[in-house]
Amino acid sequence: MLRGLGGGVLIGASASLMLIVAGRVTGISGMLNGLMAPAESGERLWRILFLGGLVVGALVASRLLPGAFSDRMPSLALAFVAGVLVGVGTRIGNGCTSGHGVCGISRLSIRSLVATLTFIATGGLAVLALRGLAGLS
Amino acid sequence: MKNVGATGAVALVAGSLFGAGLVLGGMTMPSKVRGFLDFTGSWDPTLVFVMGGAVVVHFFAYRLIRGRAHPVLAERFQLPSRKDLDVRLILGAALFGVGWGLGGFCPGPAITSMLSGSASVFVFLAAMLGSSFLVGRREARTSAGGATPAPRTVSKSS
Repeated sequence: MLRGLGGGVLIGASASLMLIVAGRVTGISGMLNGLMAPAESGERLWRILFLGGLVVGALVASRLLPGAFSDRMPSLALAFVAGVLVGVGTRIGNGCTSGHGVCGISRLSIRSLVATLTFIATGGLAVLALRGLAGLS
Repeated sequence: MKNVGATGAVALVAGSLFGAGLVLGGMTMPSKVRGFLDFTGSWDPTLVFVMGGAVVVHFFAYRLIRGRAHPVLAERFQLPSRKDLDVRLILGAALFGVGWGLGGFCPGPAITSMLSGSASVFVFLAAMLGSSFLVGRREARTSAGGATPAPRTVSKSS
């Protein structure tokens, strides 16, 4: 729990740094989508560097805390289906856990609050369905 | 856009903080995420602390920062202003949630989990980016006659 809280504080600090310096929402899916659209090079660079930093920070932290990447998804087919749903859902819903769940809720955005409650609810249903399927087999 | 280099340097630092936070909070482990979403089973509250910690920090920081006339390195704040709820938002969030529960990954942890070298992470990422790209392209075409026609050079995707 303390680790969870510490992780959260780092994420909140990251979003606050982007806001005070660049005036931007720290949304990972938004950055990825921004890179897919035509934009001036300066608008690309900060997104690329943020996402690169994401990997660098995770690499350093995982050296200090081994086991961070020990988990595996159950199957490639499930990974594909999950990836499609996350890609389509974050595109039409305009955000993911970072943009809606952290930045939007912090701004008290009603859209982000509704989106976050929705994806937690359907995520819960998906896990319930997975558990049911595992129980059957 | 001015201050491209300085903004990029800050983005690199902020991205590193974010990535370290994801690892520290256990969000790179799909089992942690599924454990949080497993409300009727052995519920794992870790994600509440991760999201709660992030929201508390950013909630107060946001209030302090919005008192400024403009960001340090930009001319204005670029924040969403919509307040209406629409079908797209809810449908999109619902689909995202199902994928999040099935895979145990949202976009950030999926990117950092490339470090695991696991094939399933790359399949997830390719499916996520490919589907988002295709939906985005389709929407750009549909709205091409609308109020904001975006000039687009569509490159061939593989």
